[in-house]
Amino acid sequence: MNETLFQILVIVGVLLGTVSLAAALIYVERKMLAVWQQRLGPNRVGPFGIFQVLADMIKIFFKEDWIPPFVDKKVFILAPTIIMLTVLMSFAIIPFAPGVVVADLNIGLLFFFAMSSLGAYTIVLAGWSSNNKYSLLGGVRGAAQMISYEVFMGLSLMGVIIQTGSFNMTDIVNAQKDVWFVVPQFIGFVIFMIAGIAETHRLPFDLPEAESELISGFHSEYSGMKFGMFFVGEYLGITLVSCLITVLFFGGWLGPSFLPPFIWFIIKMFCFILFFVLLRATLPRPRYDQLMSYGWKLLLPLALLNVLITGAIVLSAQ
Amino acid sequence: MDVIFYISAIVALLCTIMVVTRKHIVHAFLYLVVSLFAISVIFFVSGAPFVAALEVIVYAGAIMILFLFAIMMLNLGKDSVKKEKVLLTPGIWTLPTILCVVLLIELVYAFRSVRLAGSPVKIIDAAQVSNSLFGGYVLAVELTGMLLIAGIVGAYHIGKEKKREYHRYLQTNDSENE
Repeated sequence: MNETLFQILVIVGVLLGTVSLAAALIYVERKMLAVWQQRLGPNRVGPFGIFQVLADMIKIFFKEDWIPPFVDKKVFILAPTIIMLTVLMSFAIIPFAPGVVVADLNIGLLFFFAMSSLGAYTIVLAGWSSNNKYSLLGGVRGAAQMISYEVFMGLSLMGVIIQTGSFNMTDIVNAQKDVWFVVPQFIGFVIFMIAGIAETHRLPFDLPEAESELISGFHSEYSGMKFGMFFVGEYLGITLVSCLITVLFFGGWLGPSFLPPFIWFIIKMFCFILFFVLLRATLPRPRYDQLMSYGWKLLLPLALLNVLITGAIVLSAQ
Repeated sequence: MDVIFYISAIVALLCTIMVVTRKHIVHAFLYLVVSLFAISVIFFVSGAPFVAALEVIVYAGAIMILFLFAIMMLNLGKDSVKKEKVLLTPGIWTLPTILCVVLLIELVYAFRSVRLAGSPVKIIDAAQVSNSLFGGYVLAVELTGMLLIAGIVGAYHIGKEKKREYHRYLQTNDSENE
């Protein structure tokens, strides 16, 4: 009974924690962008503008949730729910501390791949159902981008899986007791991070919603809370990729014992979240063909080479 | 576990029927995706978590997205709905349905005589699947690989296009002579 209660607590905690963190990230991102671009950032609502998120939330909840008459209504409503659903489901496999995990699946990493590949539906369906040529272009771009970068994302993690011998996330963390996987799997780490940014379609890889050419692409027609779901879904995606980088390459909860494991996890995760914000503040957006050729001509061979070398080394060490 | 199997089997069946009867192609497509999910759950319950994950990653996540991609490119709108309406008249679907029902009755009759042993579910993990893939079935894996390479080369050949300049200042003499 006690264990069941603990499980329920973990589930509710992960759900509330991630969603509120995603909302808070809106403020963090705006403030950090301001710091890096030498501006003030939000500073009107409350001390240092920390209630900005609250004000934004109130605004977005009370906005009219308008469905344009020319859209395919059912699909239009379905599309934004998919991104929230898939990203929140992916958090189920993240071990935040020893034993604190919603579902300790033995196919953990594969479950994440499955969920992230389903995430592509949200862009494609939103772009198609909006019945708008800019949205359609955004949807087509998004589909091609996400399918391409999923390939390298999967391949870049194969090195970690070969070294651990398991898809289970807890096993992967425990295998990093001696040395974090970022050292032997540095190429895998870099490729995974690039693919992770492309999967969450953040700047610099935000071509599906490039506001200067596609007037925010696949979600042009969305308003109110439906737009809010895309928005929060993107921040949830950043949090998820940061969590995964922490677990897969930086030893998860492992760290010197003067801080509890959970705190170590959170510290590492925040470093990567801030790194993603820094990327947004500094890098320009590539052209679409550059994005594609960069992926298929550089990242794919590199990822394959990484798998080959890791496999050879592990095999010869046996 | 039996209950989960029956529920997902019913969902899969219903969704597949909906795929055939929907007139709008994207709606039919979405039912197909749900049907694939249900089949993935059946795999999971039957003790094949690896195959269940691959079903979602490969079929629902990659192949179906490519289908949707093609549908978006073709922009099948009201015209295709009209065409589908003609296709789904009772005269067309009655005979196949009767034939299918006959087959179904035969299937039920055949299964009635076989006693289904309620054997405990044996979980087959990823390592076992890969051992048999790269052990006993290595020839099939390599042949599939060759087929994929052939597909990629073919697609590249079809997709390759000679660069054409449409602006008159940039046109070279070759294109003028043609």
